[in-house]
Amino acid sequence: MSEFRNVTLDNGLQVVADIDNRGYSAAIGYFVRAGARDETDVQSGLSHFLEHMMFKGTASRSAADVNRELDELGGQSNAYTSEEQTVYYAAVLPKYQRRMVDLLSDMMRPKLDEDDFAMERQVILEEIAKYEDQPPFGAFERVMECCYGPRGLGRRVLGTTESIETMHVDTMRDYFATKYRPGNMVLAASGNVDFDDLVAQAIKVTEKWNDLPLPAPPAADDPKQLPVGVQLNSRLNIPDATQAYRVTLSGAPSMVSPDRFAMRLLASIIGDDGGSRLFWDLIDTGRAEVATLFPQEYADTGALFSYLVCTPDEMDANIRLMNEAIEFVVRKGAEQSELDQMINRTVAGVIMGSERPSQRLFGLGNHWLCCREYLSTDELLDAYRRVDLTAIESVASRYLCSEVTEVIASADLAEPSLST
Amino acid sequence: MKRELRYTCDVSATRTNLLPGATPLSSLDTTTANPPVRTRRLANGMTVLTQPMPWLRTAAYTLWMPGGISAEITGDHAKFDPNSRCGLASLTVEMLQRGAGNYNSREFVAAEDNLGIDSSGSASTSITGFSASMPAQSLGPSLGLLADLVRRPHLPIDQFEDAKLMMRQEMLANEDEPTQRLMRRLRERQYGVALGRSGIASELSLALLTMVDVREFYTTHYHAGGSILALAGNFDEAALDDVIDAAFADWKTGTWHGLPTPEPIDGHEHIELPSSQTHIGFAYDNIPYGHPEYFVMRAGLGILSDGMSSRLFDRVREKHGLCYSVWASAHTISASCDAAGNAIPATGAVFGYAGTTPQRAQQTLDLTLAEIKNLCDDLQEGELQRWKVRIESSLIMEQESAGSRAGSIASDQFQLGRVMPTEELEAIIESITLDQIKQYFTANSPQTIRIVTIGSEPLAGGSVWDESAATTGEKS
Repeated sequence: MSEFRNVTLDNGLQVVADIDNRGYSAAIGYFVRAGARDETDVQSGLSHFLEHMMFKGTASRSAADVNRELDELGGQSNAYTSEEQTVYYAAVLPKYQRRMVDLLSDMMRPKLDEDDFAMERQVILEEIAKYEDQPPFGAFERVMECCYGPRGLGRRVLGTTESIETMHVDTMRDYFATKYRPGNMVLAASGNVDFDDLVAQAIKVTEKWNDLPLPAPPAADDPKQLPVGVQLNSRLNIPDATQAYRVTLSGAPSMVSPDRFAMRLLASIIGDDGGSRLFWDLIDTGRAEVATLFPQEYADTGALFSYLVCTPDEMDANIRLMNEAIEFVVRKGAEQSELDQMINRTVAGVIMGSERPSQRLFGLGNHWLCCREYLSTDELLDAYRRVDLTAIESVASRYLCSEVTEVIASADLAEPSLST
Repeated sequence: MKRELRYTCDVSATRTNLLPGATPLSSLDTTTANPPVRTRRLANGMTVLTQPMPWLRTAAYTLWMPGGISAEITGDHAKFDPNSRCGLASLTVEMLQRGAGNYNSREFVAAEDNLGIDSSGSASTSITGFSASMPAQSLGPSLGLLADLVRRPHLPIDQFEDAKLMMRQEMLANEDEPTQRLMRRLRERQYGVALGRSGIASELSLALLTMVDVREFYTTHYHAGGSILALAGNFDEAALDDVIDAAFADWKTGTWHGLPTPEPIDGHEHIELPSSQTHIGFAYDNIPYGHPEYFVMRAGLGILSDGMSSRLFDRVREKHGLCYSVWASAHTISASCDAAGNAIPATGAVFGYAGTTPQRAQQTLDLTLAEIKNLCDDLQEGELQRWKVRIESSLIMEQESAGSRAGSIASDQFQLGRVMPTEELEAIIESITLDQIKQYFTANSPQTIRIVTIGSEPLAGGSVWDESAATTGEKS
């Protein structure tokens, strides 16, 4: 059994761990409340740009030192940025815990040098270009912009080409000084962790983190102006696309809602990628390449996405089939055998995932940063096992009947689809 | 059983990490752990490998049958037009999953889901493989289901058109993935159209393939002869033996008619596409896994491309900001025997990729190839030590996953004919010196680089290997 421990340091930094000393590795990560939804128009893309810059050196380490030491400690290390947070993590052998905490902590106080900033800007622009070439060609970003508006949760994580090209290094420095304060961060660890040592080391290395002067808040956005580089057209014309790509977004439970477990199972029953209703209706029959439904939870709200990929001429017929499958569940509910099957599959997936400390780390860190709440593997398994058909019916009627925002990316779509 | 992706691309074409720092050690997941792997050979030719991992709550299997995509056009099938057979191996995998034993397709998925079995099946160049991970107590029943799948499929003709439509969706989807297209074409040029064949269907094959072809492919290539069943996780070996015998001991045997020989297509190729980036793929001949100098070569390639302090990441991305993704990795196709018993040696290649906007593509290509050519210059001991720690860590962390262990030992058995013990591999890795790396790469500098690009404009690929062009790239 794993053991949960947590401490709040005097400077406000939260240290949490899910400790299982039988593991072969320890996973360690900083979770920072700095995501796309925290940005203003002039800061668009900064959380992610900053994530790259954190690898560019500190007062005592050059960029080459940082990368070299990460490699010297072996294991796996990486970082990612989402709408709500930026995460830096590493999985290492337990003997390297101290050195990795020292390195990651030092990285949290970066140089943010102007020349490095100019160089890394090019890498970010390449990353934006890379995603422009990949299906579904920005349809997920667009549907969030259309649903939530171009700010808040609808803000693009990578920013736009225009916002990155015009970004100033001082804007980044101010953003950093505002967001990377101990009270806004969680240091999380899982697996074979020495917690007492982790806390003792964290106290020492983060001691001066609050000394950073707090900049004035950025100017508020003008809600009448569309941020530069953003469009809100729900049709994306991709001249060379062979397939058509449709994404929809509607409401779903938040990260703290007790309904979230029932919603995850309901979405699996309807639209998991194997053995769901949409799978048998659309994938098994060769009508579509992808037809899925999945929820995404945020701190204060949730999103239910659907994703459909097929040939452009089949799109309308497939949308109809997809809607019918969803409406059928709203009217008739699900079968007990279907629910049992999804619970069994989901529970097995949780058990398998829990064997890797690096996988446990993300659930632990995310949830603690957003909700200050810990859910053990066994509590999570119980939460799934408790879901019954009544709970499924309740989330179906509450969330599947709401209005959806739709975006389609394809070559030359002349007319809007029939779905709205 | 997940069916959304049946085609396994042997060459890694995309890296999804936001910072590609954690480069998977794709060709090194090949070791054993304690307690040791036990090997048992069934009379019908199946090799059973068991690796108990009593500290886990889970278990996993991997079944590999020789054949796969290359079998579409080798042996008795050589009489067919190769283009008329595209996708047959994957189509057979797809048809297998439409009912087997006492289950129709929905019942089969329900049976697996209720046992918590996460399974998948796919065809690659030289094998057809099925693998699964699950809670430990489901391993016994999962083997019964696996036996149903590969030995007692219904192959229902009334679902054949649906299965072909699925293959068609996959074919169309691949058209929209420039990096997939690029790596597929690069494989064809590196290995030749026969050995480098992809698993994707074509318009012609979708028009011509029939259920007779699928049944015939299934009958010829699904058997115990030369097959490998690898099991890892928390189980009792003795009890498992009985389950395996009951499931597979009376399966028919058969022979594999081996792989085509490589017939590389030299030169460069550009595929016109108005994409945001120019996608650059390059490949060259390399020694295969099992070669006495393989790990010395692998260490050099690690210095070039593994990790955030590797030369490609540091010098092409970090110092010049030229691209987001750049990498090179080793790939092996195992040895085989043809129908007449002639040995066909193993073959290997290095495949690499860089994606960048068109105006910087030439510089990116020149710089990347210059780094490959100049690998021996100023090799540092620290570079080698970092690579060694990465390997050590990955070997230890592999003990946390039954699924990766089962895959690794199956791969070792298929490529080496045995599973290399951990101690042996650790000793080899530890003994590698910078001098060995230097000697190897001095004697084995790549001679012919095959380049494929996708984008709005072709690159001066022909000049990149010339000294002056490479130097220009470095200075800029």
